[in-house]
Amino acid sequence: MSIDMKQFLVTFYEESFEGLDTMETELLNLDIGEADSETVNTIFRAAHSIKGGSGTFGLNDVASFTHLMETLLDEVRDGRRQVSQQIVDVLLTSVDVLRDMLSALRDEGEVDMARVQAVQQLLDELLGNEPEAAESAAPQESNSTGAESQGWKIHFRPHPDMLQTGNDPVRMFRELALLGELKIECDTSGLPTLDKLVAEESYLAWNLELHGDVDKASIDVIFEWVEGDCDLVVDPMASQPAAAQTDNTVTEEKKAPEPATSTAKKPPPSEKRHSTTTESSSIRVSIDKIDDLINMMGELVITQSMLSQLGEAEEFETAQIEKLRDGLSQLERNTREMQENVMRIRMLPISFAFQRFPRLVHDLSGTLHKKIELKMSGENTELDKTVMEKIGDPLVHLVRNSIDHGIESPEVRLAAGKDEMGLIELNACHEGGNIIIEIIDDGAGLNRERIIEKAISNGLINEDDSLSDEQIYDLIFQPGFSTAEVVSDVSGRGVGMDVVRRNIRALGGSVEVTSRPGQGSKFTIRLPLTLAILDGQSVRVGNDIYIIPLVSIIESLQVNPADINSLRGSADVYRLRDEYIPIVRVYDIFNVHTEIKNWEDGLLVIVEGEGIKVALFVDDLLGQQQVVIKSLETNFKKVEGISGATILGDGTVALILDIASMIQLSRDNGPEKTPGRQDNAEQAA
Amino acid sequence: MAKILAVDDSASMRQMVSFTLKGAGFDVVEAADGVEALGKAKSQTFDLVISDVNMPKMDGLTLIKELRKLPAFKFIPMLMLTTESTADKKQEGRAAGATGWIVKPFNPEQLLATIKKVLG
Amino acid sequence: MEESQSMTIETGQIGVSELAGTDQFLTFVLAGEEYGVDILRVQEIKGWDAVTHIPNTPEYIRGVMNLRGTIVPIVDLRIRFNMEKLEYGPVTVVIVLRVDNTEGSRIMGIVVDGVSDVYNVSEGDIKPSPDFGSAVNTAFVKGLATVDDKMVIIMDIDQLLNSDELSIMDSMTD
Repeated sequence: MSIDMKQFLVTFYEESFEGLDTMETELLNLDIGEADSETVNTIFRAAHSIKGGSGTFGLNDVASFTHLMETLLDEVRDGRRQVSQQIVDVLLTSVDVLRDMLSALRDEGEVDMARVQAVQQLLDELLGNEPEAAESAAPQESNSTGAESQGWKIHFRPHPDMLQTGNDPVRMFRELALLGELKIECDTSGLPTLDKLVAEESYLAWNLELHGDVDKASIDVIFEWVEGDCDLVVDPMASQPAAAQTDNTVTEEKKAPEPATSTAKKPPPSEKRHSTTTESSSIRVSIDKIDDLINMMGELVITQSMLSQLGEAEEFETAQIEKLRDGLSQLERNTREMQENVMRIRMLPISFAFQRFPRLVHDLSGTLHKKIELKMSGENTELDKTVMEKIGDPLVHLVRNSIDHGIESPEVRLAAGKDEMGLIELNACHEGGNIIIEIIDDGAGLNRERIIEKAISNGLINEDDSLSDEQIYDLIFQPGFSTAEVVSDVSGRGVGMDVVRRNIRALGGSVEVTSRPGQGSKFTIRLPLTLAILDGQSVRVGNDIYIIPLVSIIESLQVNPADINSLRGSADVYRLRDEYIPIVRVYDIFNVHTEIKNWEDGLLVIVEGEGIKVALFVDDLLGQQQVVIKSLETNFKKVEGISGATILGDGTVALILDIASMIQLSRDNGPEKTPGRQDNAEQAA
Repeated sequence: MAKILAVDDSASMRQMVSFTLKGAGFDVVEAADGVEALGKAKSQTFDLVISDVNMPKMDGLTLIKELRKLPAFKFIPMLMLTTESTADKKQEGRAAGATGWIVKPFNPEQLLATIKKVLG
Repeated sequence: MEESQSMTIETGQIGVSELAGTDQFLTFVLAGEEYGVDILRVQEIKGWDAVTHIPNTPEYIRGVMNLRGTIVPIVDLRIRFNMEKLEYGPVTVVIVLRVDNTEGSRIMGIVVDGVSDVYNVSEGDIKPSPDFGSAVNTAFVKGLATVDDKMVIIMDIDQLLNSDELSIMDSMTD
């Protein structure tokens, strides 16, 4: 039988990456000097599993590398070695190397062997400090000391409790018989009288003669598992048993010198692995979630059978209408719950995104000579896997920013009367259909004057603009807000806060900042739990129905023509309280035919996209509903002003509006930087 | 048909052991740690237990010790899957009541050969 | 207008496909001319149904349709080839095709006057197309075949349905 080990590799990689993440987290938790034994054990176990798996699945480089880590950890575990910063650092680096090795193997990429060897050397050096470090993973092939002989005389007397290890003499004899001709003689002299006999114990002994040209090692292997649980003497047939020989011959034999070769130092793999890495990402789902689904499925089946019974009735009586309604409302509930639960399958705790931060804070505070404590809460808050993957980078950017610009150096903090240890908090929680992530630091806070200065010099604001603190702090997210001076090599390679905001907005979320001088800043990210569904407002324009994401809508209102101003005779703005909001005629920018062109006949939906407010002029508002987002790009392509499509209850398709892109579109359309020109609208109709 | 309880905290190892054994016609029940294994052992019987040593919650040695206390597990063979092939680890295993061990890394053929040995 | 009859082409049914070098083509009619497409590309044939218009796209892109949960763009070939527009009627059909491109493949529908027949055409019988003054740009024509004394224009749907506004490149530069 030949089993292709490659099929297990997908699982192996997945669990190994998880193991590495665990190692990293726990290594960062280790207290130098007095390591918690459970923490060390967890780290050890992760290394141990990777070593075991990689060896089994033929990833020998990984196995030998992990072996060194494991050995080092084993010494820490046994208390032979104190946890030092050096050990933690080398192990963290090893985790990185291992992660790269595994990624390269998985993706059939090139392993950076030079780096592997460099770190391997670090580990070796650490281990080399202790002479006993060279652990011998003893090779299985036993020393073949026994010269060829005519056969062997074996005296075998199990200790009374040997049976209780599940070892059966019969099994051993059967194996011996495979080696050569076996003569068995049972010695029953040890049997006690019946009243003293304990059924679970062994009282018998055997004298065996094994004839033939048998290697002694093959005999040793058979008795290997009972070594110490029996008296065993194995002598060559020719010679007489030596009187001096003790009972534990086998044990003695085993102690015969063996070369201390480590199994891990087997020759490196010669061939490159050809695992067909189909890029099928998988997700682990807790059994609970699946059980919930199965339960719900059961309910659905019951509802279905109830409804079909109603349908099968010969005649439909009025009384049954009530039943039908019940059934339908039950079906509606089932469907909704089913949908929620199916969505939950894609949900993962945010700890997956958070777990890299202890390391990040550890490394960066070291580089910047700052002292920073990281507190995380709400790690079990769940969100969609796709959202999680996409929020990673913006989060890193914000945390880096807090470390770099937020938290002051210990000296500055002490001088300001603060604890020299800075604090960064990462919190997550659910709020309605959203997840809220906060990044809070107790650093210096945003420098209001500096922001104003910069914004003025970049032409974002005018000197005489009067802005609230909120508006000023928000300027850091503006595309034009030059980041050159603010950004150091830590916070970002030319990536500014505007990119952070853009990425978060692309996920249908928002990011805001509040700050207090000397006390710190707080960034609040708000994200939808999933990208697969969205709460939408249906609107009608001509014969078409469009969906506006509810999160973008500020308010909807009937138009009072008196509040409409036409700027320079062509562009329209709507005065909403103190604000002037440009009007975008949807039929105009989408070139849709409609009869509704008078302000009085339609409605305005005030929306916000990328921080810009516009008023969308539509024919009518329809209902609000949750819609499942479908991609237009799968079979077509990206369309300006549209983020995707959905299928309505009647099976027809409705397009979902992309507010930011619509605003852009309306600007591009007009010759001037003002949307919704009257003449253009007329000509389009 | 012999029924085997396979215990390992590594999903890939479990997958491999289980796949190999099922392919050879054995009935396999999997457990991810000692506690789960013990739970399964209390509600069903097995002809053989194969367990990893290093596991969270309850390690393999404790599991074997606990299993040996159950009447149905007193004499059945229990094998440790171990990378520790040094003498003292084996001694510990035997003291706990393990029948024998299979040293990692091993391949499916080696696994089957060992199992056929103890199950006869 | 709202007919949505649906039929599926069973490619195995005709059973001539095992003949070496012979391909099967589904033919359809467009302004009196008969066009053929590789039957292996045909996913489904359905009646004309309401579509959802996509803003700011050329007229020949009629819109998108829901095909069992997938959003499929529908192209009107008469408009695409600047032929006279025809009121959609009960025989107007949408042929749903798989279109390959460098990035993979897409599912698209084409609106035609009606489905005609399925022919076996051996590769050798497809003659290169001269510039014969057809309404169809020769870039989209693979060749001409004669079947039962009729001329069938064999279409290159990958060329056709990846050109101009349907090009995927557009979406990438976005």
